[in-house]
Amino acid sequence: MSEQESSSDERMSSEEEEQQQKEEGFSYWNLKDVERGQLPPHIRKQGTRVYCKPDAPTNTETLQYSGSYASMGVDNSLRLDSFRENFRIKVIALDKDKMEFDMIGIDAAVANAFRRILISEVPTMAIEKVFIANNTSVIQDEVLAHRLGLIPIKVDPRLFEYLSANDTPNEKNTIVLKLHARCNRGQPRCSVYSQELKWLPNGSEFAKESEKPDSKPSTYTSFSCGQDSLPEFAGNPISTVEDIILAKLGPGQEIELEAHAVKGMGKTHAKWSPVGTAWYRMFPEVVLLENIKGEDVEELIRKCPSGVFDIEDTGNAKKKAIVADSRACTLCRECIRGG
Amino acid sequence: MVVVQADSLSEENVVDHLIDKQKHAAPPVKSAVDKFQLLPEFLKGRGLVKQHLDSFNYFINIGIKKIVRANDRIVSTVDPSLYLRFTDVKIGKPSMVVDAISEQITPHMCRLSDTTYAAPILVNIEYISGSHGRKEKMIKNDVVIGRMPIMLRSCCCVLYGKNEAELARLGECPLDPGGYFVVKGTEKVILIQEQLSKNRIIIDNDKKGNINASVTSSTEATKSKTVILMEKEKMYLCLNQFAKKIPIMVVMKAMGMESDQEVVQMVGRDPRYSALLLPSIEECASHGVYTQQQALEYLEAMVKRSTYSSSSTEKQENRALAILRDVFIANVPVRKNNFRPKCIYVAVMLRRMMEALLNKDAMDDKDYVGNKRLELSGQLISLLFEDLFKTMITEVQKTADTLLVKQNRSSRFDFSQYIVRDSITNGLERALSTGNWDVKRFRMNRKGVTQVLVRLSYMASLGHMTRISPQFEKSRKVSGPRALQPSQWGMLCPCDTPEGEACGLVKNLALMTHVTTDEEESPLISLCKCLGVEDLELLSGEELHTPNSFLVIFNGLILGKHRRPQQFANAMRKLRRAGKIGEFVSVFVNEKQRAVYIASDGGRVCRPLVIADKGVSRIKEHHMRELMDGARTFDDFLHEGLIEYLDVNEENNALIALYEWEATPETTHIEIEPFTILGVVAGLIPYPHHNQSPRNTYQCAMGKQAMGNIAYNQLGRMDSLLYLLVYPQRPLLTTRTIELVGYDKLGAGQNATVAVMSYSGYDIEDAIVMNKASLDRGFGRCIVLKKYTCTNQKYENGASDRILRPRKNEERERVLDDDGLAAPGEIIRHGDIYINKESPIETRGPLKSAAALADVKYRPCAQIFKGTEGESCVVDRVALCSDKNNNLCIKYKIRHTRRPEVGDKFSSRHGQKGVCGTIIQQEDFPFSERGICPDLIMNPHGFPSRMTVGKMIELLGGKAGVSCGRFHYGSAFGEPSGHADRVEAISETLVKHGFSYNGKDFIYSGITGCPLQAYIFMGPIYYQKLKHMVLDKMHARGSGPRVMLTRQPTDGRARNGGLRVGEMEKDCLVAYGTSMLLYERLMVSSDQFEAQVCRACGLLGYYNQKLKAAMCTTCKNGDKVSTMKLPYACKLLIQELQSMNIVPRLKLAEA
Repeated sequence: MSEQESSSDERMSSEEEEQQQKEEGFSYWNLKDVERGQLPPHIRKQGTRVYCKPDAPTNTETLQYSGSYASMGVDNSLRLDSFRENFRIKVIALDKDKMEFDMIGIDAAVANAFRRILISEVPTMAIEKVFIANNTSVIQDEVLAHRLGLIPIKVDPRLFEYLSANDTPNEKNTIVLKLHARCNRGQPRCSVYSQELKWLPNGSEFAKESEKPDSKPSTYTSFSCGQDSLPEFAGNPISTVEDIILAKLGPGQEIELEAHAVKGMGKTHAKWSPVGTAWYRMFPEVVLLENIKGEDVEELIRKCPSGVFDIEDTGNAKKKAIVADSRACTLCRECIRGG
Repeated sequence: MVVVQADSLSEENVVDHLIDKQKHAAPPVKSAVDKFQLLPEFLKGRGLVKQHLDSFNYFINIGIKKIVRANDRIVSTVDPSLYLRFTDVKIGKPSMVVDAISEQITPHMCRLSDTTYAAPILVNIEYISGSHGRKEKMIKNDVVIGRMPIMLRSCCCVLYGKNEAELARLGECPLDPGGYFVVKGTEKVILIQEQLSKNRIIIDNDKKGNINASVTSSTEATKSKTVILMEKEKMYLCLNQFAKKIPIMVVMKAMGMESDQEVVQMVGRDPRYSALLLPSIEECASHGVYTQQQALEYLEAMVKRSTYSSSSTEKQENRALAILRDVFIANVPVRKNNFRPKCIYVAVMLRRMMEALLNKDAMDDKDYVGNKRLELSGQLISLLFEDLFKTMITEVQKTADTLLVKQNRSSRFDFSQYIVRDSITNGLERALSTGNWDVKRFRMNRKGVTQVLVRLSYMASLGHMTRISPQFEKSRKVSGPRALQPSQWGMLCPCDTPEGEACGLVKNLALMTHVTTDEEESPLISLCKCLGVEDLELLSGEELHTPNSFLVIFNGLILGKHRRPQQFANAMRKLRRAGKIGEFVSVFVNEKQRAVYIASDGGRVCRPLVIADKGVSRIKEHHMRELMDGARTFDDFLHEGLIEYLDVNEENNALIALYEWEATPETTHIEIEPFTILGVVAGLIPYPHHNQSPRNTYQCAMGKQAMGNIAYNQLGRMDSLLYLLVYPQRPLLTTRTIELVGYDKLGAGQNATVAVMSYSGYDIEDAIVMNKASLDRGFGRCIVLKKYTCTNQKYENGASDRILRPRKNEERERVLDDDGLAAPGEIIRHGDIYINKESPIETRGPLKSAAALADVKYRPCAQIFKGTEGESCVVDRVALCSDKNNNLCIKYKIRHTRRPEVGDKFSSRHGQKGVCGTIIQQEDFPFSERGICPDLIMNPHGFPSRMTVGKMIELLGGKAGVSCGRFHYGSAFGEPSGHADRVEAISETLVKHGFSYNGKDFIYSGITGCPLQAYIFMGPIYYQKLKHMVLDKMHARGSGPRVMLTRQPTDGRARNGGLRVGEMEKDCLVAYGTSMLLYERLMVSSDQFEAQVCRACGLLGYYNQKLKAAMCTTCKNGDKVSTMKLPYACKLLIQELQSMNIVPRLKLAEA
């Protein structure tokens, strides 16, 4: 998942303007007064832009304090109603495992909060306990269990409760999956894939060694009803993401196990993180500081590996470079290299 | 013999006669041929440890036969007509005799069952049997005289010539190079031993600054060291057999050179030499020695009288001459009492000494690699075998004699019955397993010759096999032998040497080095004579050093002289290139010494080089194409004279160009690939030529501690300690060496995305910050496997240990199966029992009957697992086998999987080690524009002082590699030949994939969400996890075990010992004046003891429990006894002093 937030990448800056003013005989006294309740344009720019200079980015920090410019009558505090009014989300791309969207009108810190929450605080279901009945493969039990843990399970975690330390696993907090794979003698080596994990809606099938021999056999879960009888799962069996290799089996080797998935959060272990990764970047804004004409146009276009620039015909066989696709910019800084 | 009888032919004719016309070079074209392909071909043919295998094979095929042939008779001294003769010897197939049935064995079987991988030594014998006139000649074939441990992958190993599938079936890793032995289940390597070359004159300065010439002679018969030294302008001979230094002229006279003039002529008629010789001549005259007889008498007086031997006086008289004949420069043979060759040899020694006196440059350098020989396993074993074989022969002779002396023997005498087997078997096995080479016969007493093969990682075992152990002891504080020798180029790795005391002494072979084995001498000698060497016998002393002739010295033996040395050398080389003489024969024209040295002895280091004619390489494009097509092998190149082996000496006659395009018309050879100057271990460093040199050395040491895979059969082995990585990877930035040695198949590390930036302050002093999500996903996860063994002992009274079923509901016996052993797959914790064993209380006494055995009393003797508390391990494997006393032996492998934690040690491949400083959640980690989040963060302060530019290039290359999907290369010095990607090209790739050309990314802080105010250098670097882990080192204790004797806390982590407040810590406390703290640390927390002291006599008393009163033993009453506290160690001291008749009396005063 990736998000984009608007802000800028810019190679110009006030330098150029200043230079012009210098030539005209610049004097501070000639500066226009800034209206009360407004910031001067360069400060305003600093608040919304990060400058991507050749040696290092500058102006990276956002305002820490809403009253920074209070003396100028500017209030920077974030207000819910204005935020609600100005904030927009534009989805750029969306498919099965990827989403890209623009968040317009927020600070980096808020975007970062979304990112952090996505990574570590959105609950999911993941395999936490593995009961291995038989494993004669080369892969060690705990390594296999670790691999199982990392398999994403396609289920809505909101339908489950957290399993706390002294809870018994039941149909509300545990998903039980079974794996039984073997490679018969005489067969070539084979791989075990994640789709071979079978959902056991009625809970564990492994009988617990009971203390009292006459007590009725108990299993490692105590389901009061089958999960498949619940309306959420009827006709919508729980499955895992396919085509993940779990182990390889040689002839005569066998794996038989039961995996119990519970609800958890990414901050305890990365297996509960719902995203592969989540990140954002600031929306790149490419500004040409001078008109680029003639042969330089070709060179500029050739230099940019991601096709940010394009040619514009300015008539009478003259060419000019324009910024065509600033979103494509990867901040490789190739275009400003060496100058 | 290869040489034809061609006295009449001139030397050129001989050469042309022998060589088919050599195809000569095509017109010079300056285009570089990529010769890299030769390397895999070279290594395919020989493996990585060819030197060991060659040496051992030579011993098995030739050496052992020579030894047996030289000592092939056992003759009874009682009845000389009775004899036994060994007609042939050979080594059989590796096998073991179990219940009188010979069974084939494989190395892996031996490893698992703690036996020796050995093959029978079979001899064919011919002997006289019978007695009292009725004697008949008998012949017996394939008699076993002992078992020879077999080197893995040598020609008599079962693994020889097997392909990958066959090796797998035998439980062997196809990447394992062999070259070691399996002795009693442990893998043993015989280290390559470095030595000064034998039978060569070495001119050197001794400690006093005197010039001396020394020769270490070594022949089949004797070994000796002869030193001629110059003291106060006079020359003397030092020999062990003579008590004092002997004037050299006396020695010459004793050898029959009575005339001083003759000596002067032999040394050379240069007046400077005569002047230098004059004091020695005068001294000889002052001793009154003028004739041979006088000289011999003089020497006789000097001979050391050995105290114990007082044998025949007649023999004693000729001892001086015998010493001169047999011991003095023993490598020069004396035939029919002709001492002339020896005189000439001495003259040459004197001449070289005087040359060195006049010109310091003529001094020999002991550290020069050409003056060194490497002794390999074959030579070492052959020494051992020779000794054991001779001992066996004398033993057999002795037993036969004692039997024959008996008059009324009933049975007929059969020699073959007395051949003992065990002495040879045991002798070889003992030497190999202890590493003590104690051969009295050859005055050899070396320790630590063998070592247990390091199986920490694949690299460690390879590196162990190429290691060269030094000739000197490590304590010597001289820098000369430790310094990098220019002659090491291409032969010994310049990087791979340990740090610390063995620095520069322990060396490693380079990738293409070959170590020669001995070669037959006599054909070469005759060949030299055919090529116009004037025989020594025909030369007068005067003629020896005529201005335009060179001496020809063959393996340290002066053959004669040659008038056209260069032509002679060229002819020899031509013959070698044509394959008419061995490819490892070296021909070296020494202009300074005016001598041609020809060497065919074993132990020289040499390496292959491409021959160039007038600077044009002989290898052309089509040759390489044929090689690629498989129509040509490395040996073809050798046989066709395109490539030849040069040893260190001969390299001095060559002008070797690094690359083809650098060749000039004077160039004689071209390097195959420049990165072959590095060894196997240094070869896995990418871009080592961009690093500061000590960093490469550090990496060489650390690469051996890296965890990864050790072999394909790693899980089937039973190593006592094994470190494995769960997800090992091959490096993104590889080198050619990595591919050649198979490091890409058995990697020891992982490609980590590294951001070079400061983060959190937990990264100072080289610590690294790790990403928790990466660790969750398996980065740096490792498995530690430990072996635990336990034997089910049988005792002399017939009782034996027993294993009990576990009791139910006993928590500690939870992991046990019904057979009383823990089952594989069980989770085992600290304090769990893994074998529920009981031992009989009574183990001595006579054998008991079955009924008595039934009610033998047992005491519990369960094996308790001692792991780390709080960690859970898993029983990986349980193996049952019988040991050599037929006891049941139970072996456990217990596995512990660990994820990295704070304090674990990691290192990149550039000598940049660091511990994990902290582990940070992924969301707090910085991330890049395209969402890349580093696995670890390294502090940039690691770079400026270390200057590991190679690491930066590795990062760039790795980043380019992942973006374009091609492994990048970073072989040493590889840029010109295309075996290392250039930074420019890498930068271009980076730009093409949208990264900055300099590898620095635009990074956002994960905490604030703002971009960082710097571009961050980020990309993948191959990181190794080193074996040092906190879990194995962490230690603290409150109260715990104490030493019995002193009652002080024990020492060391293994014994759960205390942490010592040492001398310096004590001083700190004293300085602070914290007396109570001192008292507590040194007394209360240590060995406080309450003693009864008698105020009357000042001695210690005791507390009588019955009377409930303190008593003084000396005063026999308890009147004046006080109680006081003192350290137990002090009480002990007082009592120990008393026991040696010193009375320490305590005087007590009120506190």
